[in-house]
Amino acid sequence: MRRLLPAIASLLAVAGLLSALPFVLSAYNVSLAARVGIFFVAILGLNILTGYTGQISIGHGAFMAIGGYTTAVMSQDHHTNLVVTMLMAFAICFVLGLILGLPALRLSGVYLALATFALAVSVPQLPLKWSKFLGGRDGVQTSRTVSHVWLYGAAWAASAILFVLAWLILRGRVGRAFRAVRDSEIAAVASGIELPVYKTLAFGISAAYAGVAGSLLVLATNGFAEPSEFGIVLSLQLLVGAAVAGLGSLWGILAGAAFVGLLPAVSSGVPVIGSSHGRDVVFGAAVVLVMLLLPDGFAGLLKRLRRLARA
Amino acid sequence: MAALESSPRPSLRRRGAALGGVVPPVSLLLVAGAAGLLVGCLRSEVFAQLTVQGLALGAVYGSLALALVLVYRATRVVNFAQGELAMATTYVAWQLIQWGLSYWEAFFATLAIAFVLGTVLEVALVRPVQQRSVIGAVIVTVGLFILIDGVVNWVWGGEFKYMPSPFGTKIYHVGGVSIARLYPGMLAVVLVSVVLVWALFRFTKLGLGMRAAAFRPAESALVGVRVDWMLAIGWGLAAVLGAVAGLMAEPSQFFLEPTLMQPILVYAFAAAVLGGLDSPAGAVVGGLVIGVSLNLVVQYVPAISSELQAPFAFAVLVGVLLLKPTGLFGRREVRRV
Amino acid sequence: MSTLLELQDVEARYGPVHALHGVSLAVEEGAIVAVLGPNGAGKTTTLRAISGTVRRSGRIRFAGRPLHRLGPDAVARLGVAHVPEGRGTFSELTVWENLRLGGYTRRGSIQPELERVFSYFPWLSERRRQDAGTLSGGEQQMLALARAFVHRPRLLLLDEPSLGLAPVLVAELFRIVRELNEDEGLTVLVVEQNAHLALQAAGAGYVLEAGRVALSGTSTELRADDSVRRSYLGY
Repeated sequence: MRRLLPAIASLLAVAGLLSALPFVLSAYNVSLAARVGIFFVAILGLNILTGYTGQISIGHGAFMAIGGYTTAVMSQDHHTNLVVTMLMAFAICFVLGLILGLPALRLSGVYLALATFALAVSVPQLPLKWSKFLGGRDGVQTSRTVSHVWLYGAAWAASAILFVLAWLILRGRVGRAFRAVRDSEIAAVASGIELPVYKTLAFGISAAYAGVAGSLLVLATNGFAEPSEFGIVLSLQLLVGAAVAGLGSLWGILAGAAFVGLLPAVSSGVPVIGSSHGRDVVFGAAVVLVMLLLPDGFAGLLKRLRRLARA
Repeated sequence: MAALESSPRPSLRRRGAALGGVVPPVSLLLVAGAAGLLVGCLRSEVFAQLTVQGLALGAVYGSLALALVLVYRATRVVNFAQGELAMATTYVAWQLIQWGLSYWEAFFATLAIAFVLGTVLEVALVRPVQQRSVIGAVIVTVGLFILIDGVVNWVWGGEFKYMPSPFGTKIYHVGGVSIARLYPGMLAVVLVSVVLVWALFRFTKLGLGMRAAAFRPAESALVGVRVDWMLAIGWGLAAVLGAVAGLMAEPSQFFLEPTLMQPILVYAFAAAVLGGLDSPAGAVVGGLVIGVSLNLVVQYVPAISSELQAPFAFAVLVGVLLLKPTGLFGRREVRRV
Repeated sequence: MSTLLELQDVEARYGPVHALHGVSLAVEEGAIVAVLGPNGAGKTTTLRAISGTVRRSGRIRFAGRPLHRLGPDAVARLGVAHVPEGRGTFSELTVWENLRLGGYTRRGSIQPELERVFSYFPWLSERRRQDAGTLSGGEQQMLALARAFVHRPRLLLLDEPSLGLAPVLVAELFRIVRELNEDEGLTVLVVEQNAHLALQAAGAGYVLEAGRVALSGTSTELRADDSVRRSYLGY
């Protein structure tokens, strides 16, 4: 219990800060904070996959696309409640993640990276093919748009719920199995862990998280789901966020999400970096520098600082 | 820690057995495929044109795939930035032409620049991370993907650039089939480059050192091979092959834009996996197979339109990984605890 | 005779495991020196410390030059050939390519070296186009040795050359090593389980125990020593 106290305290602090923000910030800044929440959800999911199974995915933008299109199409064609579409995005992406995760059973390391990269390139092509249903290059729009504050609330509520869900999953038997898979696949099998089940499960969970994030992202872009929004760059941004975040730390994931979500806006006033290309330069350089200087990301940095403070 | 080690145990691997076990079915398949193509070409003009064009494009994919394989074989790292690096060097060539060089002067100058760029990236950014973790190094190459993309957009802008055609606009007529000189030209340039790289590996002391360093780094150091240099030179050569791919991809697209190599990278991944990620010959053959089949499939299979080229390549990639992860020519990898 | 190789208080570790606790030894130019000892005494690590394939501290001098800061490739270029335990042939490459790698540090043609090696191992010449992986274990051991000779080293480090070889081949191998030593003045430091054989070939020897030199002397002295007799010679 004593070990839990600081964790709960920092959780409450974050929650308090977040619920105060909408009253303090301008509408524009609230929308930015909502964006951070969206990336928080996606990076949290990726963190479960990469952090707890040692698997790497370069293709989770594909699941964001699927989640986003779920929301747009359901809202457009059936006027489904937006929150319900998010649940649907979660469920659909979970199932698709399980199905697409089946190949992941047989792949590891760079092979999985290759396959997920190809997935990320392929999925945004599908709306172009089935343009009648998915709107082609122009995309699909939700039947109603939402306010910044609504989006903010939805994004951070989803973040909170999914964070608790992740915590519940990871502290129990499943979490132990995930960690065993990460540390050594062969040893994990030897100790009776059903590798395929857990690898697929981790993939499915992270896909479901990405789906919710994609659903929120569509709402953040005025309800438009379009192929260009979900290109390979989005997948790479998630990876940037995950690399900045490091593993298994709330603060790390917040830092990663803030970095990816805020950099475009923060840098827009800055000359050179302000353009979208300059931003890519910063993103790319950030990944390389983080891997060179902070191989464990922000989480690793925190751990090091804590150790320094104690010493 | 699980370590990847390329095996089979030497005592089990008699040359005859290895070839007898794997190659004949594969080569039979390839010969049958080639025969099928020939028959098709004789029967239909469109088919012949598509085949030639597919071979030329396939050579480009194969060249980039070979670059990926060279890097993978030496360091177990898949270089996601290989395509963007190729795209960037193509912009360098465009810039050199703008500054007054002729096409072929710019071509060779670009290859030299690509070599330097490849080595510098390996030494400065990839090697320090790779010593800690291979996946970390893969993430670095993803970072380079974004970085290079950003730099190119920043320096040269996103609008189309036009380069002079290296092969003119001449059109050959072979037995009633019109073929633009571009395609045999592309094919020839890529194949000459591939053969030169192959000869370097096969017949020179440097090439021997590079192969030795890729297979057995520890033993290579014991006989005096500078393994670090070999890996850096390997990255340089891969960048050169990538540059050839980029320079030959440009005329086939008729213009230069920053996304030039992104689809091609996916096709090259599919080609490399199809051929076997550690087989250089497989990469080239895989490239040709992917190039031709993409072209023919889009034309003759109604369900697969040109938007579905990348998903098709993805399906090939995943299919190969599931059914035969070692690809057509690869060797089995044994995972050890 | 001058000292070709000298180790002073050399320590080495694999991660947290200390393998050598200050080993000192000297090898005279033109000598064959044996390193004996039980499993895990640090025999292989001693060779690896010299060739730079393990992290080490302490002083190592070779022909008057300090080695302890050099990596394996630099040590090899100074004229040290290390034939590791388990042969270390490049099974993916042909016999000829393996031999060519032996001469990697030499400039210019290695044809004279190849011919010299073929005179010792005539069968290698016939099978030069074959993949080294298709050779038998004994043949690979011979190939590893031949590769080291192409190098024309000043110092040859041999690790367990007899391991897994038929007795006939072991005798043949040691005969060739001795011949090269006598004809060309090749200096050899050999680690060997078969102490009998090793002391027959060597002029001097060291006995390692638990990462330290427990005993040293000429072969005659060591053969006469009771503990060596009991532990390693078996009579």
